[in-house]
Amino acid sequence: MANAAIVAGTTGRPVKYRSMSRDRRWAMRWSYFFLVLFVIFFLTPPLYMFITSLKSSGEISAAKNPWWVYAPTLSNYAELLGQNQFLVFFRNSALVSVCVVAITMVISISAAFALARMKFWGSATLATGVFLTYLIPDSLLFIPLFKMFAFVRDTTGIELMNHWWTLIIIYPTLSVPFATWIMIGYFASIPKELDEAALIDGASWMQTLTRIFIPVAMPGIIAATIFSFTVSWAQFLYPLAFTTSADQLVLPVGIVTTLIKGDVFNWGQIMTGALLGAAPPLIIYAFLMDYYIAGLTAGATKG
Amino acid sequence: MAQVTLRKVIKKYDEVLAVRGVDLDIADKEFIVLVGPSGCGKSTTLRMIAGLEEISGGDIAIGGDVVNDVPPKDRDIAMVFQNYALYPHMNVYENMSFGLKLKRTPRQEIERRVKQAAQILDITELLDRKPKQLSGGQRQRVAMGRAIVRDPKVFLFDEPLSNLDAKLRVQMRTEIKKVHQKVRTTTVYVTHDQVEAMTLADRVVVMNAGLIEQVGSPNDLYHSPTTKFVAGFIGSPAMNFIPCQVEQAAGALRMRLNDKLTVPVPASRTNRYSSVAGKPNLVLGLRPEHITETRPHIEPDQHDFEIPIEVVEPMGMETLVYFTINGTEVCGRINPNAGGAAGQPMKLRADLSNMHLIDDTTGKVL
Repeated sequence: MANAAIVAGTTGRPVKYRSMSRDRRWAMRWSYFFLVLFVIFFLTPPLYMFITSLKSSGEISAAKNPWWVYAPTLSNYAELLGQNQFLVFFRNSALVSVCVVAITMVISISAAFALARMKFWGSATLATGVFLTYLIPDSLLFIPLFKMFAFVRDTTGIELMNHWWTLIIIYPTLSVPFATWIMIGYFASIPKELDEAALIDGASWMQTLTRIFIPVAMPGIIAATIFSFTVSWAQFLYPLAFTTSADQLVLPVGIVTTLIKGDVFNWGQIMTGALLGAAPPLIIYAFLMDYYIAGLTAGATKG
Repeated sequence: MAQVTLRKVIKKYDEVLAVRGVDLDIADKEFIVLVGPSGCGKSTTLRMIAGLEEISGGDIAIGGDVVNDVPPKDRDIAMVFQNYALYPHMNVYENMSFGLKLKRTPRQEIERRVKQAAQILDITELLDRKPKQLSGGQRQRVAMGRAIVRDPKVFLFDEPLSNLDAKLRVQMRTEIKKVHQKVRTTTVYVTHDQVEAMTLADRVVVMNAGLIEQVGSPNDLYHSPTTKFVAGFIGSPAMNFIPCQVEQAAGALRMRLNDKLTVPVPASRTNRYSSVAGKPNLVLGLRPEHITETRPHIEPDQHDFEIPIEVVEPMGMETLVYFTINGTEVCGRINPNAGGAAGQPMKLRADLSNMHLIDDTTGKVL
């Protein structure tokens, strides 16, 4: 190869190498370009929400420059937070999400541990099955769920429709499969010798799970927690279909159904409500971001 | 008392026999090394002693009690793994005390034992560190510490040094031997490295294809292998195997190595080898150190010959020379000052008093 290069050089066609640092500079420029594009695209709607939430109804309907606030006001915030209704939505959402996260994590951690570590007949098939259930679109599930709820009412007399706590039963059908799948992957990346060492040290399966697996898999658990919280906090279709009374609504549905009256859109309050509704996941993300990223990339490389 | 006994132990994975009937008696306080190529069943055997693998047949007894169906935690054993298997979220102290805590050992007793083990291993100042803050050698020590604090009947080591670099491996080897001399716990140690096996073991167990080939002290295995496999596996560079015929000529027994070269059978072996005269498939086994440069004084069973050298490898304290006899590459170890150059003929001396004659059909040393 070295010889070939020399020959090429003497025949008058010197190979020109660009400097590595110059190459890198260009790569950085391109990545910044696309990142800025991405940021503009995704941050514009929240910014618009924020600007609109600071405007009075009069200013919004005056249709002046939509990107500027001429007379900033906090009246939308004051009115919304002063309403008992909004606080009920918020409470319902929070209760549902916290309960769903708790249920999801208990089920998915134990299921993932069993599927990843206790090799039993059909465990591999079952693991794939768990993931397949996640692939069914949730919009296809609510009619069967209606039927099931009707069946429960007819046989036991328990009415599951139009209760916020019904959502606690429904959401895990969405969050458990995916959280289990994340946890299976995470548990599988823990070396086999670690549970063997625990086994020899005298730990039972339960102790191995609680004392070794859960602490070691904490990034994965946090990733799954964030995921299930987001799923239950932002879910729209199921609460729209299964709850109707104003005191049973959760935030996303509550904002849309109570702040749009006929053809009157209370844009200022809708935007304020949406912004306040988006705050809890945002705060949780911000705190757990480092863990979340570690959780998503775990197992990609050894150690 | 913690002798370990294996009786006709078998391990079957589906239809594959990984271990095909192993019989072994390990005495109390003994350091036993299981050695063999990968896939020979040595690790499986160790894991069966640990209780991490169920046995498909036979019996395993620890301290006289059959433990076939006893779970690992009740076998009173401790194991050191190849990748250390330290709990990453616990510091060194917590790693070492985890087993004792699960057994509800009193706190003072745990502290006493951990401190003592840390002292033996010289890791006292590391007790607050997390595993990821430790070097490979330190992790290995902690893994051993975790085993020592439990004061088990048997230590099990599964290739504990394979993840370390060459220099550290030699250092930790000595360390393990020192620890054993201090605590005197019965030890079963698995390795694929025959040097490790030779240096550490009271007795070495050479395994091949799921069976024990030979059990003996390191010197026994080196000087009196019973099979061709053991003869070839123990020792580096490996023993030379040269196809030969034993001939009865003029009342003397000679070995023909090729058309031109014959060497006399040592007088002490003539009775042993006379029955195989004329038989096919015989192999002369001779270690490289028994092929040397010539010296003025010659002993009775030594034989000089001249042969072209093909490759010369200077090692510093000695030089390895390679040449071909009867289509087989042969290695000799000569004094670095004795000359010897690739492509040049050289006069060499074979010391046949240490030879082995092997029946290649059965693989047995005659």
